[in-house]
Amino acid sequence: MIDLVDYIEQIFSDYTFRTISIGTAVLGAVCGMLGCFAVLRKQSLLGDAISHAALPGIAIAFLITGAKDNSTLLLGALISGLLGAYWIKSITAKTHLKSDTALGLILSLFFGVGMLLLTFIQKQPNANQAGLDKYLFGQAATLLEKDIWLMIFVTVICLLVLLLFWKEFKLLLFDADYTKTLGFNIKLLDVLITSFIVIAIILGLQTVGVVLMSALLLAPAAAARQWTNSLGVMVVIAGVFGALSGVLGTGISAMQSNLSTGPVIVLVASVIVLISFVFSPSRGLLFKEIRFRKNRNDIKLHKTLAFMYDIAKSHENISHPHTIKILNNFQGYTKKSLYKLEQEGLIKIDGANWYLTEEGFYKAKNLYNQNVSLDD
Amino acid sequence: MEKEVAVAIDDLTVAYNYKPVLWDIDLAIPKGVLMAIVGPNGAGKSTLIKSILGIIKPIAGSVTVFGKPYTKQRKKVAYVPQKGSVDWDFPTTALDVVLMGTYGSLGWIKRPGKTQKKAALEALEKVGMLPFKNRQISQLSGGQQQRIFLARALVQNAEIYFMDEPFQGVDATTEKAIINILKALRKAGKTVVVVHHDLQTVPEYFDWVTFLNVKKIATGPVKDIFNNENLIKTYGINYQVSIQE
Repeated sequence: MIDLVDYIEQIFSDYTFRTISIGTAVLGAVCGMLGCFAVLRKQSLLGDAISHAALPGIAIAFLITGAKDNSTLLLGALISGLLGAYWIKSITAKTHLKSDTALGLILSLFFGVGMLLLTFIQKQPNANQAGLDKYLFGQAATLLEKDIWLMIFVTVICLLVLLLFWKEFKLLLFDADYTKTLGFNIKLLDVLITSFIVIAIILGLQTVGVVLMSALLLAPAAAARQWTNSLGVMVVIAGVFGALSGVLGTGISAMQSNLSTGPVIVLVASVIVLISFVFSPSRGLLFKEIRFRKNRNDIKLHKTLAFMYDIAKSHENISHPHTIKILNNFQGYTKKSLYKLEQEGLIKIDGANWYLTEEGFYKAKNLYNQNVSLDD
Repeated sequence: MEKEVAVAIDDLTVAYNYKPVLWDIDLAIPKGVLMAIVGPNGAGKSTLIKSILGIIKPIAGSVTVFGKPYTKQRKKVAYVPQKGSVDWDFPTTALDVVLMGTYGSLGWIKRPGKTQKKAALEALEKVGMLPFKNRQISQLSGGQQQRIFLARALVQNAEIYFMDEPFQGVDATTEKAIINILKALRKAGKTVVVVHHDLQTVPEYFDWVTFLNVKKIATGPVKDIFNNENLIKTYGINYQVSIQE
């Protein structure tokens, strides 16, 4: 089982483990933050398409240089990822096709070419090609200190740009046409945000891999949206969720041999999404159900109260007692609901009789009058 | 009396995939009018506004605002898009959306400060939405969302206002509130252009009207040109409408 103290000790003692943990945390954070922009622009699948589009770039970079140097391969991935993103945008802008079709086309085209090249490379006679397929599902264990520094550098730049153009990005996300009429260059903003998403994805390829990368981008953002109604808070929460997924995922996979880090990170992120969708106070399924039931019960009580009011108003004196039996004709009442009404001080029960209190009479009278708040 | 021209449109033509949506539009909108653009669905009403504002790129034609190209006059022009054009589940508050109206005058990078916040609160007050300023925008009713959009345009403090169906899906109270604000704008010497659907209310709300159906059918004062002849030209021969005398 997970022993937290042990775990923290491990982080600080084991160099490799510490490096990988920091790497996946930073990666998770930057992906989570940028993921908010993808999700809110309704471009959730863009990340998926870009990560798949990066594969042929890796293969071609290897074919050209013949070396497995990580930086070179990622540069290839970056170029082909950007190319894929650019094509998707052009197809959407210049043809009848909708963005989902464009995404699907580019994703499968690039991934197909990438797989073709990978199989071709694997049939090559030299021994150097082994391990290229790690980019399919990622291999966090290969993270080096210089990779971490690169990630931190990119994250800092990304944060600075986000802070600098925060106002513009927010406007673009909410209402792109309006942004244009205010005189902002939305193409520039779009290129900025898309480039950062591409860079974050490329950074994650080594750790999480082409196939699962988009989950790390979307899951923290989707989860964060459940907890807040402010864009700023959402971005921060998504960053924290992303980092948490990275650290926990790395920890869990390290405790068991033969557990790949990438998939475990994605699974942890998915669990966070699941928890958020169920337990978020304002948007979660659980509290929605609770509110629904409470409303239904309130309405039942109100129906009973309205019925009582109809009886009581025919008398001069509202505290004139009526027998409970008179309510039997009415379906909505139970002993429990009468007890509840008495508890709320709306009625008084006296043996087999009941009568409305002043408060109950007032409440019943204004039950369907929207201009009077019943909670006062 | 010859009125000053607020917006002049020359030979404007817009097409989506070869199909013309607007054909060779010439239009001069005088300063200080409250103008309705009417026409059937697909007549290009929204497209006309969007191409004036540079959201859609026309194939041909030019737009000038007070004698200069629109791109140099952006700060004099405010825009209220169709309510349905944005995602109202976006994580932000009513006040925040209204503040967006100040972004244009702020320019790049600068953040809204006290002055902008005060202006936004005033605009919220004008549209009767001040009590809802911290409400998440998805928690607002359709009419309230429309008011927020109107407040966002008011904060731009422009000379010319373009509004795309501001009365769509709002109740009678909100419609009254909105038209009162529009009339107040006209009184202050502003020019207001509204894409409008309800022909019955044109004579009551507006003093200027443009009939549009891909081509411009007619434009001018409501009392002179809002008649059956132009309505039939715009909507087709079978169209009948009772016009209040």
